[in-house]
Amino acid sequence: MLSLDFLDDVRRMNKRQLYYQVLNFGMIVSSALMIWKGLMVVTGSESPIVVVLSGSMEPAFHRGDLLFLTNRVEDPIRVGEIVVFRIEGREIPIVHRVLKIHEKENGDVKFLTKGDNNSVDDRGLYKQGQHWLEKKDVVGRARGVAPSGNTRPSCDQFLWCFFLHLLKVKL
Amino acid sequence: MNTVLSRANSLFAFSLSVMAALTFGCFITTAFKDRSIPVDIRVSKVMIKNVDDFTGPRERSDLGFVTFDVSANLQPIFDWNVKELFLYLTAEYSTKSNALNQVVLWDKIVLRGDNTKLNLRDVKSKYFFFDDGNGLRSNKNITLTLSWNVVPNAGILPLVMGSGHKSLAFPESYETAKSY
Repeated sequence: MLSLDFLDDVRRMNKRQLYYQVLNFGMIVSSALMIWKGLMVVTGSESPIVVVLSGSMEPAFHRGDLLFLTNRVEDPIRVGEIVVFRIEGREIPIVHRVLKIHEKENGDVKFLTKGDNNSVDDRGLYKQGQHWLEKKDVVGRARGVAPSGNTRPSCDQFLWCFFLHLLKVKL
Repeated sequence: MNTVLSRANSLFAFSLSVMAALTFGCFITTAFKDRSIPVDIRVSKVMIKNVDDFTGPRERSDLGFVTFDVSANLQPIFDWNVKELFLYLTAEYSTKSNALNQVVLWDKIVLRGDNTKLNLRDVKSKYFFFDDGNGLRSNKNITLTLSWNVVPNAGILPLVMGSGHKSLAFPESYETAKSY
């Protein structure tokens, strides 16, 4: 019943109105794209908003929470910061906390990370033979959070989790 | 507004807008708050060994052992928008090979509703205090500070350092006894 009503509306429109609707739609899509790209420039990060996928940072972040990231290169990496990093050769970024840093006089820094809810540090996740992360592995730093309303520790709603997985972000 | 579907639709849209406004309100009312409090740190025992770093790079490195006391009253930091405080004790120092080193020795999660009076004695470090090399021996200036990451319901995630730090020095020689 709903689909027939919609088709009637379309049939009633003349060519000009149809073009107007299409242009309107195009405007909305490009405005959304502009806002997203603008956020990318302002924050310096290739993915300024990410979704939490795993429970490795509980109870701070639960599955479904939104994290706002910045990636200004001049910001120094210090312990306690929540960094989003990508391991060489892997596509999915990980969001954990910095546990240890060793920085040389010229600014070269190597650091170690650990998820709050994990009992061991991330060395098991790094590449074979890799003991430290470097600035080039960092995709962004978590600066803000927006809740999802999901406070349950396990992912019960499978369809929701599947949708988040499609966004290709792992935390 | 004459079908269940259109009524449900407007209700859903309205509740979503109200929740978004509340979330933004939570953020904006606590965004510029000063989250720093005084902290008292004391050190009771300090020891140093030189072993292969079994936590990662298998090089012979200095391993420090620090036993400390920490106390602070966290009550002023909590408000309606603070969900959790992630406390961490940092040891900061510099060596010949690295201008800046920071190692987290211990951390604790304090949720809203938990006991906010922190008063711990004779705490052993949770994580191994390995240096990147042998820079801990005779190092006269290791600074211990307690910091926390304020995790809000919605809003900014600031890192705040408590006012009050403790400097310690490591001994000149390595401990060879097995016990700690």
